[in-house]
Amino acid sequence: MAAAPKRPFRWHIVVFLAPALLVYTAIMILPLAGTLQLSLFRNIDQAQVFVGLENFRRLFGDPNWSVNFWNALRNNVWFFIIHMLVQNPIGVLLAALLSSPRLRFSAFYRTAIFVPTILSFVIVGFAWKLILSPLWGVAPNLMDLVGLKSLFTPWLGKEQYALTALSLISVWQFVGIPMMLIYAALLSIPDEVIEAAECDGITGMSQFWKIKLPLILPSIGIISILTFVGNFNAFDLIYTAQGALAGPNYSTDILGTFLYRAFFGFQLQVGDPNMGAAIATMMFLIILGGVCVYLFLVQTRLRRYQF
Amino acid sequence: MSTATRSLPRTIGAHAILLTYTAIALFPVILVIMNSFKSRAGIFGAPLTPPTPKTFDLIGYTTVIGQGDFIHYFQNSLVVTVASLFFVLLFGAMAAFALSEYRFRGNSLMGLYLALGIMIPIRLGTVAILQLMVASGLVNTLTALILVYTAQGLPLAVFILSEFMKQVSDDLKNAGRIDGLSEYTIFFRLVLPLVRPSMATVAVFTMIPIWNDLWFPLILAPSEETKTVTLGAQLFIGQFVTNWNAILAALSLAIMPVLTLYVIFSRQLIRGITSGAVK
Repeated sequence: MAAAPKRPFRWHIVVFLAPALLVYTAIMILPLAGTLQLSLFRNIDQAQVFVGLENFRRLFGDPNWSVNFWNALRNNVWFFIIHMLVQNPIGVLLAALLSSPRLRFSAFYRTAIFVPTILSFVIVGFAWKLILSPLWGVAPNLMDLVGLKSLFTPWLGKEQYALTALSLISVWQFVGIPMMLIYAALLSIPDEVIEAAECDGITGMSQFWKIKLPLILPSIGIISILTFVGNFNAFDLIYTAQGALAGPNYSTDILGTFLYRAFFGFQLQVGDPNMGAAIATMMFLIILGGVCVYLFLVQTRLRRYQF
Repeated sequence: MSTATRSLPRTIGAHAILLTYTAIALFPVILVIMNSFKSRAGIFGAPLTPPTPKTFDLIGYTTVIGQGDFIHYFQNSLVVTVASLFFVLLFGAMAAFALSEYRFRGNSLMGLYLALGIMIPIRLGTVAILQLMVASGLVNTLTALILVYTAQGLPLAVFILSEFMKQVSDDLKNAGRIDGLSEYTIFFRLVLPLVRPSMATVAVFTMIPIWNDLWFPLILAPSEETKTVTLGAQLFIGQFVTNWNAILAALSLAIMPVLTLYVIFSRQLIRGITSGAVK
């Protein structure tokens, strides 16, 4: 293919790429680059002055910033762990059940389980706030039905539980996405493969573990990295449910809300675009790290099967 | 499929798990809608029962309706979402095709460049985006939102679609070339129909964040004329912090259009996701 000498310039490649590249570069990359650049400057006497890594030194060293930063990072990691441990296994389980042949009502289940995913954070945040509210008493009443009323506390209001509660609310909202992706991957496994497995006497659970799971591993990889990126960008749910202060006492503060407060200010603190840009840069580096691990360590080792 | 894999306990177990999870998924939604039709006493006295003639009350809705223009917000959201979706799918599929089909210098570099946007939230560039929109006079227009959402959706669309386009058989495309089809015809007539299921997947993942976004409407288009339904609902609920009837009614009003739309389109949506997979 490459041997053809003096091939005419392939204009169609340019035509195919140009619209996407133009919009993407102008609206996304240039503003992002502008933000990263901002993290190296300080506003001194109404002028942007280049200060090198001074903003980052403050972020890690100055207790005014570093305490909040490490707290937000820790919380964010916990937020991600809960998603990986709860959301993705549930998604795979539901998809595996849904894809079992001739399951009745599977269209209904699919549709219903995906409902929370289509709702906005505004709705989800407020609805769960109401449900978990001790004022209304829905949650304690429900727990009373199974005799666990004594375990109820206002989770969103307690420092030690609030973050976990919010993570689980987020899991509740987004479980439809891994479910749908895995479901589509499971359906795309050819019948011949399954039949061959059955001829060899591999059925039921062992069929899932030995035949289907290896085939859907690329999808699970994609889901994991999407979860990682989504979690380290998360902001809306916490903002809607707990406000920009990510209460109680910053216990639900994640990088997104921390960035928001730094960038736009809140209450008495004045917004500082440069420190905001520094935090945004840190988020960028964390996410970049995760994606590199995925691309170079995970994806290259996954075998892809072409049918 | 053979009957060897099926047994009654297994089927019952599957249904039990799926039903339980369905209940968990739907419970908060049903609870909110149910209670929005009740009087205050009904909401607090018996939150888990459907409205009875005794507790039925539309006070929440009468408070809410007339204070906001939900139909108009809904239209705005629809215009923004549909337009962005169209551009994301068209431009995304074209770029994905170029990246997965042709070998040219800088191909993988271009792929990485486009993939950058999957990891970086476009929000991090908000200040510069706002400056850009102010400079081009697009603040408080739906065009600004459509541009931002198109840029936001493209990276993931290109990423997913090129994964799928790699699986389209080369023989088919080469057969088309031998028959004298242009590259454009091959893309639009051969490849696009084959990746339609994955286009549906991409559509779902692109549409949901756009519809639900609060951030950019708030910053780029907060005027009454261009408010989206999510922003409208947020401001609305904020006004009625202690009025539970009004909050529940506003939440229901925000849920119901999306839910209706979803119920109407879910069959096509899910068929779209899976149709290519079911042989």
